[in-house]
Amino acid sequence: MNLTRQQIAWRVAQDIPAGSYVNLGSGMPIMVAEHVPHGREVIFHSENGLLGVGPRQTREPFDRNLINAGNMPVTLLPGGAFFHHGDSFVMVRGGHIDITVLGAYQVAANGDLANWDLPQGRKAPAVGGAMDLAVGAKQVFVMMEYFAKDGTCKIVPECTLPLTGQGCVTTIYTDIAVLDLVDDRVVLRELIEGITLQTLQAETEVELIVSTQLKLLQAPPL
Amino acid sequence: MINKILPSAADAVLTIHDGAVILCGGFASCGFADELLEALHAQGTRNLTIVANNPEVAERGMALLLRDQRISKLVCSYSRKEGTTLIEDLLDDGMELEIIPQGTLAERVRCAGAGIPGFYTRTGVGTPLALGKEHRDFDGDTFIFEPALRADFAFVRAHRGDRWGNLVYDKSARNFNPVMAMGGARTIAQVDEIVGLGELDPETIITPGIFVQHVVETREP
Repeated sequence: MNLTRQQIAWRVAQDIPAGSYVNLGSGMPIMVAEHVPHGREVIFHSENGLLGVGPRQTREPFDRNLINAGNMPVTLLPGGAFFHHGDSFVMVRGGHIDITVLGAYQVAANGDLANWDLPQGRKAPAVGGAMDLAVGAKQVFVMMEYFAKDGTCKIVPECTLPLTGQGCVTTIYTDIAVLDLVDDRVVLRELIEGITLQTLQAETEVELIVSTQLKLLQAPPL
Repeated sequence: MINKILPSAADAVLTIHDGAVILCGGFASCGFADELLEALHAQGTRNLTIVANNPEVAERGMALLLRDQRISKLVCSYSRKEGTTLIEDLLDDGMELEIIPQGTLAERVRCAGAGIPGFYTRTGVGTPLALGKEHRDFDGDTFIFEPALRADFAFVRAHRGDRWGNLVYDKSARNFNPVMAMGGARTIAQVDEIVGLGELDPETIITPGIFVQHVVETREP
């Protein structure tokens, strides 16, 4: 069974070491925060000037002056801090963020990331902080479905959509596989039950290197 | 006696001319100087260049200026206004748009405030936003040059201020405001409350008054 979005978020969360400073992109990546194992202290950064982001506010009226980068009312954990956008991106650009988790439309074998613009449709462009995070964070985790809605594989030999960053992605977490990008090669680390390596490779234009430690990708029911 | 306090938002925006470039603090839905933007709207000022992270989510200040086509150029990192096609419509009607990565936007404005002509960054290298920009290698990595972003005015929203222009903010409503305050040639602060000189703890002042020319108190109804 393919992982649900919550299960992908759970899987990402397992790979975030204690003590990490982590920025979660808006949309799917924001779910990762809910799945960090109990007792593992991780400090979440939000580019609008927060460190130590806590769970969403649950009691109305919401404090609208306490939001995350996705405009959701959140809480601040004890020990958290506020700062302005200049300092926030000193943290990002200066390599102080250990991990960022971003969504993607396409990831290339060399780590190129495309996640900010869709060529079709009439949509005002929005890049936000993704370009800064892509080059600044020590590790860039991508969280996405393996296949796009039209059935094409989102892991590609070369991105055809506008790039967000070059050679920046370190690991890709999807509904069917976890893959590491190492020296321009895509290394399959985990695969769900019920898909053979042959089938996955046949659906993927990029050559997959199978890790000698290949494991089953699984997550608890969520 | 130094007194930067003005009686109303209308007074504060009186000298802002058509064609002005205005830096606006605010992010997503909070920290926007709505009353200042609305005073500018009421005054009829047009052909504005607005520099802000995003078109304000709420149907307040900036949204009014956008709807009535008073903004001829929008400079932002995120141009979508969710749930509407307002921005798309304005772009069809000829509004100019410059997209800048969020961190680059903050640093370009900070450079203006710091008297620095610009900075080199890896952000954007290899993307459409690097086209036409100077590229330069440092220690084996490629960077692009991003120039300081100067502006005639800045609108900031703070929680408390005093007659010297010292400001403190409220939680994530701080966001771009201290940076915009540094970048504007004339910075106008809309504050929830004016307090007496000396009442703000000097250890907690985020924007020292040197960056602020005018302060207006606006109490939300």
